[in-house]
Amino acid sequence: MDQIFVTLKCWLVGAVPDQWQPLLSAALSVGAIVVTFPLLFAITTILERKGLGRIQNRYGPNRVGPYGLLQPVADGLKALTKEDVVPHTADKVMHFLAPLVLVVPVFLALAVVPMGRNMAALDMDGGVLFFFAVGAATELSVFMAGWSSRNKYSLLGAMRAIAQMISYEVPLILSAVTVIMAVGSLSTVRIVEAQGGYWGVLPQWYVLTPWGFAGFILFMIAGTAESNRSPFDLPEGESEIIAGYYTEYSGFKFALFFLGEYLGMFAISGLGITLFLGGWHAPLACLGWIPSYVWFFAKLLGLIAVFIWVRGTLPRLRLDQLMGFAWKFMLPMTLANMLAAGVWRFMPAGAARWIVCATLVAAPYVMLGRALAGRKRLGKRVYRYAD
Amino acid sequence: MPTDLFDSVTWPFAMIAVLTLASAVAAMSLRNLVHGVLALACTFAGLAAVYLLLDAQFVGFAQILVYIGAVAILIVFAILLTRSGEASPQRRFSSTWAIGVGIAVTVFGLLSGLILSSRAVSQEIRPPPVVTVHQIGDQLLTKFILPLEVIGLLLTAALIGAVIIAMHEKERE
Repeated sequence: MDQIFVTLKCWLVGAVPDQWQPLLSAALSVGAIVVTFPLLFAITTILERKGLGRIQNRYGPNRVGPYGLLQPVADGLKALTKEDVVPHTADKVMHFLAPLVLVVPVFLALAVVPMGRNMAALDMDGGVLFFFAVGAATELSVFMAGWSSRNKYSLLGAMRAIAQMISYEVPLILSAVTVIMAVGSLSTVRIVEAQGGYWGVLPQWYVLTPWGFAGFILFMIAGTAESNRSPFDLPEGESEIIAGYYTEYSGFKFALFFLGEYLGMFAISGLGITLFLGGWHAPLACLGWIPSYVWFFAKLLGLIAVFIWVRGTLPRLRLDQLMGFAWKFMLPMTLANMLAAGVWRFMPAGAARWIVCATLVAAPYVMLGRALAGRKRLGKRVYRYAD
Repeated sequence: MPTDLFDSVTWPFAMIAVLTLASAVAAMSLRNLVHGVLALACTFAGLAAVYLLLDAQFVGFAQILVYIGAVAILIVFAILLTRSGEASPQRRFSSTWAIGVGIAVTVFGLLSGLILSSRAVSQEIRPPPVVTVHQIGDQLLTKFILPLEVIGLLLTAALIGAVIIAMHEKERE
C-alpha cells in the first residue's frame, strides 16, 4: 500500500519502449504534482473560508452544493469566464508574464519535496539549495506585476512585498541551515531519512530538539512572511493600498496569483515538514503501517490549519514593526540557534547536551525580548472609548 | 560517444547560448531600464543553465540565488529609487562606440588565443569528476578557509559601512 504510486509509475513506465521511458517518467512525476496541488488549493480555499467563518462567528460559504463544498468549482468557473481587463497604459507583455513567472517556480520548488517513501519527483544533491534558488524568482514576478500595472498602489505593494521577502529570506535560510548542519547533506531525501529512527516512543524529528524547536518556529514565521500571509500581508493591505501588486489583475490572471500564493504556502510548509517534522515518517513506530504519503499530507493539512488559525486571530503588522521584527529579533535568534545546533552536534548525547542547548536558545530569546520591549513601555491596552 | 555527446549536450547548449546572448544584447540595447534589468535577469538565468548543463549544481543554484534573487532585485530597487522608468533622451549608441568595439574584439581575440594555445586544450579530455555539495563544503572549510574568511571579513566591513552611511543620514534630518 505504501508504494502503490511508485509501483504504478514503474509499471506504466515499463510498458512503453525504452527511448520514451525517461520522458514518460518525468511526465508522470510532473503530472502528479500539477494535479495534486491545485486540487489541494481548491480544498484549502473552502477550508479557509469555512474556518475563518467559524472564527469570526459566521457561516462562511454555504450556497453552492452540500454545505457549500462546491464553492471552489464556482469560483474557478467565475475566474475563467470573467473579462480580462488590462490597463491602457500597462506594459502588456510584462503584465501578462508576471503571473506565469510566479506560478512556474513554485511548481518547480514543490518538485524537491519528498511526499512519501521514494516519492520525491527530483532527488538531487543540492535539493534545499534548489528550493531557495527557484524561490528567488517570485520576487522578480512580484516586481513585474507591480511595475507593469502603472498604478501607484501596485508599485507601492510591490515595493513592500520585495522589501519584506528579502528581509525574511535571511532568517528563513539561516533557520534551515541548522538542519543541514545536523544532517550534513542538502538533499531533501537524505534529510528525511536522517529523521527515521525513534527515541523510545518519540520520533527522531528535529523539532523535538531544542534548536530544532526554535528553528521550526522561526522557519514557519519567516515562511509566513515569505508567502505574504496574514499577519504579514502588508503587500496587499486592502485598507491602505487596495490589493497591492495585483490591484490591476482580474479574471484568470488574478486566479493564477492566488494559486501561486497558496502553492507557495504549500511549498514552504512542505519544506518545513521535510526539515523539522520528519517528512513522511510516522509519529509513532506502531503507526508505521499507514502509507507514508498519508502522513505527509496529514502534516501538510495540519500546518495549513495553523496558517488559517493565525490568519483568523492576529492583526496585521505595521511596516516598521515588520522590518524591526525581521532584523532585530529573527536574525539574532537564528544566529544563536545555529550556535546551539553546532554545540548539539559536537556534545555527547545526554542530559547535559539538552540543558546547554536549551539555554543557548532560551537565553537569547529572553534577552532579546527584554531588550526590544524595554524602551517601548508596553503594558495592558487601555481602551479610551469602548469601556 | 561523439554522437551521444552531440545529442545530450550540444543542442541544449546551443539553445541556452542563443537565449543568453540574445537577452544580453537586449539588456544593453533596450531603451526602458526596467526591461533591461529583466533581460539581464534572463542572462543570469541562462548562465545558471549552462552551469547546470555542466553538472555543476552548486554553482548553478548559487548563481540563481545570488544574481537573480539579490543582484537583479538590487538593480530594480536602485532604478525605482533614483528615477522613473521612462526612457532617457540620450542616443542608443555612445559616440565612441567604434573604440569600444575595437577594445572588446582585441580582448576577446587575446583571451581566446591564450586559451587555445594553453596546455589545457591540447590535453586529453578526462571524464569529469563527480563533485557533491558535501565535497565543496569540505574544501571550502579546510583548503580554502583563508580566502573564505577574508571574503567574510570584507562583506562584514561593507555591511557596517552601509549601516553607518544610513545612520548618518538619519541623524542629520
